[in-house]
Amino acid sequence: MFDRKMLEEIAREHKRWSDNLETSLKKRPERKHDFANTSGIPVNRVYLPGDIDDSDYMDEIGLPGEYPFTRGVQPTMYRGRLWTMRQYAGFATAEDTNRRYRFLLEQGQTGLSVAFDLPTQIGYDSDHPLAQGEVGKVGVAIDSLKDMEILFDRIPLDKVSTSMTINAPAAVLLAMYMAVGEQQGVASKGLRGTIQNDILKEYSARGTYIFPPKPSMRIITDIFAFCSREVPQWNSISISGYHIREAGSTAVQEVAFTLADGIAYVEAAIHAGLDVDEFGPRLSFFFNAHLDFLEEIAKFRAARRLWAVIMRERFKAKDPRSIMMRFHTQTAGCTLTAKQPKNNIVRVAFQALSAVLGGTQSLHTNSMDEAFCLPSEEAVQVALRTQQLIAHETGVTDTVDPLAGSYYIENLTNEIYERAQKYIEAIDELGGAAAAIEKGYIQREIQDSAYSYQKEIEKNERVVVGVNRFQVEEEPPKDLLRVNPAVRVSQIERLERLKSDRNNEKVKDILSDLRSAAEGSENLMPFILEAVRAYATLGEICDALRDVFGEYQPVSTLGG
Amino acid sequence: MTSARKIRVLAAKPGLDGHDRGIKVIANALMDAGMEVIYTGLRQSPEQIVETAIQEDVDVIALSILSGAHDFLFPRIMELLQEKGVTDVLVIGGGIIPDEDIAELKKVGIAEIFGPGAYTDDIITYIRENLKR
Repeated sequence: MFDRKMLEEIAREHKRWSDNLETSLKKRPERKHDFANTSGIPVNRVYLPGDIDDSDYMDEIGLPGEYPFTRGVQPTMYRGRLWTMRQYAGFATAEDTNRRYRFLLEQGQTGLSVAFDLPTQIGYDSDHPLAQGEVGKVGVAIDSLKDMEILFDRIPLDKVSTSMTINAPAAVLLAMYMAVGEQQGVASKGLRGTIQNDILKEYSARGTYIFPPKPSMRIITDIFAFCSREVPQWNSISISGYHIREAGSTAVQEVAFTLADGIAYVEAAIHAGLDVDEFGPRLSFFFNAHLDFLEEIAKFRAARRLWAVIMRERFKAKDPRSIMMRFHTQTAGCTLTAKQPKNNIVRVAFQALSAVLGGTQSLHTNSMDEAFCLPSEEAVQVALRTQQLIAHETGVTDTVDPLAGSYYIENLTNEIYERAQKYIEAIDELGGAAAAIEKGYIQREIQDSAYSYQKEIEKNERVVVGVNRFQVEEEPPKDLLRVNPAVRVSQIERLERLKSDRNNEKVKDILSDLRSAAEGSENLMPFILEAVRAYATLGEICDALRDVFGEYQPVSTLGG
Repeated sequence: MTSARKIRVLAAKPGLDGHDRGIKVIANALMDAGMEVIYTGLRQSPEQIVETAIQEDVDVIALSILSGAHDFLFPRIMELLQEKGVTDVLVIGGGIIPDEDIAELKKVGIAEIFGPGAYTDDIITYIRENLKR
């Protein structure tokens, strides 16, 4: 990238400078002998033009909005439109959550993000025995279209975009959203949003799986095919590294395991007969913004470049929209501390800034109280204001990819790219992401990193402010948001009413058709949509599919 | 119990919560400290956990929940242990558990709660000093 003569001179000067330093370092050594980031990549004292001289600017960095999209997916980035501010929210009943959504929209939030409770995420109705204690706890309880109608009451689906963190039953929740759209007079082609629909990371890191990998991949490719025809503005998957990172992976592993999952989905869809440019433009991603500020920025840039190369070289995608990686980011929940919770506001601000400097398309900022409970309204407001501050006060949005060209950022972008690529090669050798998960490889890699990280904290090699340094005596927080256990009772009553009001014969017939379709190879989406419209419950629909597909049995990855 | 017998711990994930980073870190640390750890995996009902604890003849049950369902599931597990006459097993818990819930959980017999930021060394020491048999 640079002139030979200049590089030689810099190298000579650097040597002189380092030699001079030696004497003073003996008297005043650096804080550590070796510096490294969370991925274990050594960090030099200073980076120089020579550290990025191998890069080919146009091939590896390029211009914003152009291959390989290292500098961002749009030519103008935030000079044109800011990222979507999208706070993940949901608790208790559809009524409670609807109120929170309307509060967030009034506060200037620009998109919705639905958190479902665990029974919903695992395909159980609120009256299921395993749902006891869980209804409405980590998200909103949705049993049928009835609940979904209440959830989006007075929220115009042609105006907002909605992201839904739903995986194993993603097809059912998408169908419910489409049905609410129909009731509001919004055609499916006008709906905008995302379903997470990423089952592989449920097996490896998040845990809300239902069916085994093979039928799960079939449902996912059915959704890809259906969405490309019927809901063309919908992101049919959000391939997620967020939870892989939360489970303890390093930044490099987050990129590698997420993109390996992405490769598995693209292969499955191509295998099912789809053209890569038919579904490629609707693939989206989801990353974590963790503590190491510069490492995170480089990570986002490296991930974009790596996906562009994979899509163009490996899968021969031609449409630039298939090749560009669009992603959502959430700040790292696992870095929030229960000690001195106000410090979390600052952590979140740095993390959010790294996501913006990394070129995210949408962002969730965590609330300071989330190491205890679901966020209070006040805490959510501060979290949203943090994004608004970055957007409107810091000035970082006025030029595209402002850290490009930093010797360190570009060098680190290359390092993360290369290390992630090596991991992907290793996963390819194991037979791809699904096989690597079935062998427990990815789970083991993640849990080993998590354990090392914890040991670093306990040995005081890693400082956690307020936890292992700078501690104070403090009172436990009060007035936490609590979910009333009566939510389960009211959900069960609503289910009983629903089952006495609807046409049960019709529901039975539709579910039996769904079962037959699952046994065959037809696209399941139209059947699920019919079932939802007839007010079949989420649990009934998932049970019909369980009958045919069975349930996933995880592998054990602890111990020898 | 002879002194040669290793401390046996059941590391368990009751309910539907999928967050297993914490329990796996603790399981690894307990194993490194010389204990024998049986990990249940995700989505265990209280009945399954109590059954496994009895079958495996464990000295300790370490429960982890981050979904907020501890208020129902922890007391239910204690109730079942009592019904089965299991009174000499040390039961500890962890996860996202508000301070104001801890007193109630201790009342039903959970010996200690370890929240976010807890050190595995402290958990190991606690177990060694508070075994019931």
